[in-house]
Amino acid sequence: MTVSLTPQGEQHRPSLQPTGWLRYFSFSVDHKVIGLQYLVCGFLFYLIGGALAGAIRTELVSPMSDFMPRDVYNQVLTLHGTVMIFLWIVPVVNGAFGNYLIPFYVGARDMAFPRLNAVAFWLIPPAGLLLISSYFITGAAQSGWTAYPPLSTTTAASGQVIWILSVLLLGGSSIFGGINFIATVLKLRRPGLKLMQLPMYCWAMLGTSILVVLSTPVLAGTLILLSFDIVAHTGFFNPGLGGNVVVYQHLFWFYSHPAVYIMVLPAFGLVSEILPVHCRKPLFGYATMVYSIMAIVVLGLVVWAHHMFTSGTPPWMRLFFTIATAFIAVPTGIKFFNWLATLWGGRIALNSAVLFSCGFIINFVLGGITGVALAQVPFDVHVHDTYFVVAHFHYIVYGGTVFVIFASIYHWYPKVTGRMLNETLGRLHFLLTFIGFNLCFAPQHWLGLNGMPRRVAEYDPQFAFINQLSSAGALLMAISTLPFLWNVVDSAFRGEIAGDNPWNALTPEWLTSSPPPVENWEGEAPLVHEPYGYGVPIDQIDLAAASGSDLWSSGK
Amino acid sequence: MILVLGGLWIGQNVNLLPADASANAPVYDELFRVLFSIGTILFIGIVGLVIFSLIRFRRRPSQRGDGLAIEGNLPLEIFWTAVPAIVVLFVGLYSYDIYDRMGGMTPLNHGMDHSAPMHDPSPPDENGERVWGGIGTSSIQAKDGGAIAAVPIEVTAMQFAFLFRYPQGDFISGELHVPAGKPVSLRMEAKDVIHAFWVPEFRLKQDVIPGQPTVLNFTPTRPGTYPIVCAELCGPYHGGMRSSVVVDDPESYEAWFNANNTLEVADA
Ligand code: HEM
Ligand SMILES: [Cu+2]
Ligand SMILES: [Cu+2]
Repeated sequence: MTVSLTPQGEQHRPSLQPTGWLRYFSFSVDHKVIGLQYLVCGFLFYLIGGALAGAIRTELVSPMSDFMPRDVYNQVLTLHGTVMIFLWIVPVVNGAFGNYLIPFYVGARDMAFPRLNAVAFWLIPPAGLLLISSYFITGAAQSGWTAYPPLSTTTAASGQVIWILSVLLLGGSSIFGGINFIATVLKLRRPGLKLMQLPMYCWAMLGTSILVVLSTPVLAGTLILLSFDIVAHTGFFNPGLGGNVVVYQHLFWFYSHPAVYIMVLPAFGLVSEILPVHCRKPLFGYATMVYSIMAIVVLGLVVWAHHMFTSGTPPWMRLFFTIATAFIAVPTGIKFFNWLATLWGGRIALNSAVLFSCGFIINFVLGGITGVALAQVPFDVHVHDTYFVVAHFHYIVYGGTVFVIFASIYHWYPKVTGRMLNETLGRLHFLLTFIGFNLCFAPQHWLGLNGMPRRVAEYDPQFAFINQLSSAGALLMAISTLPFLWNVVDSAFRGEIAGDNPWNALTPEWLTSSPPPVENWEGEAPLVHEPYGYGVPIDQIDLAAASGSDLWSSGK
Repeated sequence: MILVLGGLWIGQNVNLLPADASANAPVYDELFRVLFSIGTILFIGIVGLVIFSLIRFRRRPSQRGDGLAIEGNLPLEIFWTAVPAIVVLFVGLYSYDIYDRMGGMTPLNHGMDHSAPMHDPSPPDENGERVWGGIGTSSIQAKDGGAIAAVPIEVTAMQFAFLFRYPQGDFISGELHVPAGKPVSLRMEAKDVIHAFWVPEFRLKQDVIPGQPTVLNFTPTRPGTYPIVCAELCGPYHGGMRSSVVVDDPESYEAWFNANNTLEVADA
């Protein structure tokens, strides 16, 4: 039957840290507080980034540039990309869920370096505000989130320099976070807990953090060189002074391709936590999952030039990067088949968390298929820098990662608040998001194939109808956040009381009170050897078998 | 089985592409149909599996127990590692072949020297300068086996227009005219920032990079007027940076060329 633990009451230890809601505005070193700070702060930036997306889609309702001036359009586009990547996806899938969950999963009371952790978070709000304020002070950067020179060195310098500054701060935050996760997973594991017994999200965060630590410094170095070119008129990337613009692209994508895995590997990990609980089955193929994460990390470092197939790269390079890129589909495919096998034969609860996770599977598969197509040089030469690519990466980043963020919020909300979210509103949210998302981005594949380039404020009138369709989808997506926002706020006060473990989950974050006490557990941390020990053995299936299993040895 | 046949049918019969107007466009479309078929099969298969599982294995109100405790299945896992690996390898080799047929594997630095018999008043290749290869059929064999000389055209991209200079006639045009059935060789340079020369109907795109001349070779086939689009963000009017390419049949091209030719006027 339901596993019941000795209830763990609130802890009343004197503390220098503020308590109550004020601690969320403080330099708290509690990993759970920091996790929530990341989440809420990231979500606020998501709303800003969403408003910017709304402005872009409004401009594109008509083929003329008539909604805002052209240079403002480019600023909006640059801010949208930068905010969504550096202030929403990366901080939330890494910082928010990583901080909240990793210490639980390794059986620790906090992260390895709590103060560094707080510093990492508190770099983000100022960096974000700096970025946004550049729009009002001097005009924001206009060269896209990729900031290719010479465009980035010839447009208004102040906006570009502020952009570089804020991306450097965000990169720093992300490196601090990465170091912390690596140290926590490797060094703070509870005695007796082996690496291959960790929940999958730990592996995902380990892989992601390795990518962060290896590649973000390259971005930082590149952007510093770029700022020298702007401010001190050096010639690293200035062909007039003997520089080379393509070198920037190599350096930039050496970070930014791994960055796409920094955005998606943690999401893979989160889905691997959510599905087994709600399907009441073990995660299928634990070991192959771990190996595929590591394969993705290694391959992810050697595929960057697939963003540069039209930049005049030598043929052998194109061939190498085609093959390396296409091969990423193999470990990625393994993970997807494993999830499908996890669903198979389960007792699947069709709640919002599962719906969003399955939405993720469907969207990501489409994004992966277009990704493999894009990896083929001859195919890419036609659609590079068109709306086809825009569709591809939104299927991955929105249809993949953002769907997982929502699934995770539905899954862990009871843990964080002690109350359940409203399921009806949750399913409505899923339905609106899924339809809106596909309506917005599926038609963009066609646009790209038929001749609409990306990053344009005006376009050939023959594309008007499809663009309007896409904008209608964007409107639906905007509307879909309303039931979600209402649900999250309303349920915090009036939601059904969840109890400590409403899903009967086995991973350690559920083996404590909801919300958990400071330092996570009253007594000693539980030792969970089988985080996915759900399910009944095949030979017992016809008995009215118990739910859950007591394969862990808790609180020993 | 139905899935595979259906996917193949969709891949072969649903056309998402614009008209084809260059020699490599049909080759490209062949690749596209293969990728589209494989993609459709995979996508429909997986969506089908997800929906089937969600319905078939949903938890009914009376059920309190867990699902099956299956933790893995090595042969199955090897199977779905091997099959995608083979598919990906096949796709990779196939697209390599396509790329080769489109002329993409011709070595770098070939510049325009394969089109040796060029009467060019201003030699385009300063010695030792690196010309970066794009894609495109490098040398077309004529029926009798000899190479047909490509029509050389110099493209200058700047904010926010393309200029086309015909060195054989020493004139500049704002619209690109090319003769159907003859190879064309574009030598492209940017004055300010990066642009990209894209003709969707040719399925060809090449970045135009300041400080690094690039070449793009192709053979137009279908007479008509097609858009030239700048595909690399180059500033506020990037969206308006469009032009057109007119593929003329050889006679009208000749007429147009002679009407603009300044060298002959000087000769006369
Ligand atoms: C199956 C795996 C994937 C493959 C084979 C793949 C392949 C590609 C290729 C070849 C491009 C370059 C297209 C072009 O610019 O012409 C591209 C662009 C992009 N991909 Fe993927 N991709 C995959 C997965 C992902 C993932 C997991 C993410 C992010 C979470 C992602 C995000 C992006 C982004 C953001 C771009 C566009 C970047 C830009 O130009 O602004 N992709 N992908
Ligand atoms: Cu990439
Ligand atoms: Cu442009």
